[in-house]
Amino acid sequence: MVSGILVGGLYALIALGMTMIFGVMRIVNLAHGEFLMVGMYVCFWLFKWWGIDPYLSLIISIPTLFILGVLLQRFIIQPVIKAQAPGENQILLTAGIGLVLTNLALVLCSPNYYTVLTPYSNATVLVEKISVSLPMLWNFIISFGLTGLLYLFVMKTDVGSSIRAVAQNPDAARLMGINTDRITIITFAIGSALVGAAGSLFMPIYYVFPAIGEIFTLKAFIVVVLGGMGSAIGSLVGGLTLGVVESIGAAYISMGLKDGLGFIIFVLVLIFKPSGLVGKTRF
Amino acid sequence: MSKLIHILRDETKASLLILIIAAIVPLVIRNAYFLHLIILIMLWTVLGASWNLLGGYTGQVSFGHAAFFGMGAYAACLLYVKLGVSLWIGFIAAGIAGALISLPIGAICFRLKGPYFALSVLAFSEVLRLIILHWKSFTEGAVGILLIDPVLSSKTGYYYLILAITVLTMMTVSYVLRKRMGYYFLAIREDEDAAGALGIFSTRYKLVALGISAFFTGITGAFFANYTNYIDPYIVFSIGDVSIAMVLIVVLGGIGTYWGPLIGSVIVVLLSEGFRNIFASASLLIYGALIIIVIMFLPRGIVGNIKARYRK
Repeated sequence: MVSGILVGGLYALIALGMTMIFGVMRIVNLAHGEFLMVGMYVCFWLFKWWGIDPYLSLIISIPTLFILGVLLQRFIIQPVIKAQAPGENQILLTAGIGLVLTNLALVLCSPNYYTVLTPYSNATVLVEKISVSLPMLWNFIISFGLTGLLYLFVMKTDVGSSIRAVAQNPDAARLMGINTDRITIITFAIGSALVGAAGSLFMPIYYVFPAIGEIFTLKAFIVVVLGGMGSAIGSLVGGLTLGVVESIGAAYISMGLKDGLGFIIFVLVLIFKPSGLVGKTRF
Repeated sequence: MSKLIHILRDETKASLLILIIAAIVPLVIRNAYFLHLIILIMLWTVLGASWNLLGGYTGQVSFGHAAFFGMGAYAACLLYVKLGVSLWIGFIAAGIAGALISLPIGAICFRLKGPYFALSVLAFSEVLRLIILHWKSFTEGAVGILLIDPVLSSKTGYYYLILAITVLTMMTVSYVLRKRMGYYFLAIREDEDAAGALGIFSTRYKLVALGISAFFTGITGAFFANYTNYIDPYIVFSIGDVSIAMVLIVVLGGIGTYWGPLIGSVIVVLLSEGFRNIFASASLLIYGALIIIVIMFLPRGIVGNIKARYRK
């Protein structure tokens, strides 16, 4: 239960990037999990070559993914959106980017499972008689910190309010003199950077392999739909829900079926509350 | 070139021509690898054509057709292994299983539109994969099912079998499209609200399109199981190798066109076989790259772009 909440914080961080990209650009980014994978590899190699601590590698993985996001958006996604391609083409495009990233990782990093072993990987602390994994607790705190920073950025800065304006109405935003192209690039890059950060945070408690992206793309999508597409608070609620459901499922039903439970909740939400748990529809 | 285009415009004639050539090929060429390539091309043509009926003509892009493919494969194999039902009957059963499972999935997912629909079908296909994977007592789970004595033993036999399935699928799809129902499908694709206002029960017809599409996908799943002798949940419910590949083939060839699935599968099969030697395990790299290139430069697919050019 507690570990579910803690993992849920990370899910929320991953989904936050996806929901932001969706909110501003109306694109479901199917390469999102693959960005996570890239973030995890960045963290892993830094650790392996220079022994850089996974938490310290945040400083590098965030900018790396930011730049990756800028390049992809500027040179691949934006031209396609500009050509007014139908929605499914845009999703397929991101799926294609995901496939390329996965397979590049397969070629460059071999299909082995890697993990980062730090002294504190298995450390636990006792909180109110419940033993909590220390790295997971840190992850939770850091991901909430990042979410808070993002919130401040979006709410308080000029760029942030431009992002909100584009999310509300791109045409009106353009009329107001906002460079929407630049804003979408920034948004996509921030979304990627968030998931890159999540990659670094995941590394001490998880292992990385090239095909990991697919799993997390689906998880992020489930979280985003659970919370309501395009809603930041929704992704927080959705992330925590999924985390808790998975850990309860793993404990009481079966370890292997916990992923299935996520899908079942997802389907139930789609049937009974298609606008998501938080209910702010942006369809 | 323009003469060729002219012939290709007459779909019936051109199809007959291709059919005759395809029927003669195994009598002339005995190279097993060559036959294997053509079998793969036809397999993907069927999958592409049945996806195209739903995604191309009815406008409901699905990212989870592996659900029906896998259901078909497992239905045929389980009926044979557990109940001893002949694998020939299994083909029909596979189609029915695919169509049956598509109805509840469709009933739920058609509440959603566009990308949400596409991805929710994908979620269902993952649920099915997990169920098959963990219901070990019935489905053998990750061990998979090995068919020791599949329906046919010769490559030529499979060649004609998949040829028959291809013809059946292509004929059914073009027959449906020529009927009133086909025009309903197109109307739903162009403007679902307007179609509804004109008295078309859009959800019902979307379900019909999905059902037909899933039926043929299921049959192809059974064919795949027989042809390769072996299935497991990771192969037949694969997102990248089945679901996305189906979409890729149609988008590459030309979405919503008659020739799109055929052209797309020729290119994809030949390229992925060609690149398999170079990239080995990462042969999907070429898929990804193809997707990106096609969407950036040929948004309407090969056939779609050629058509647009010659219409002028």
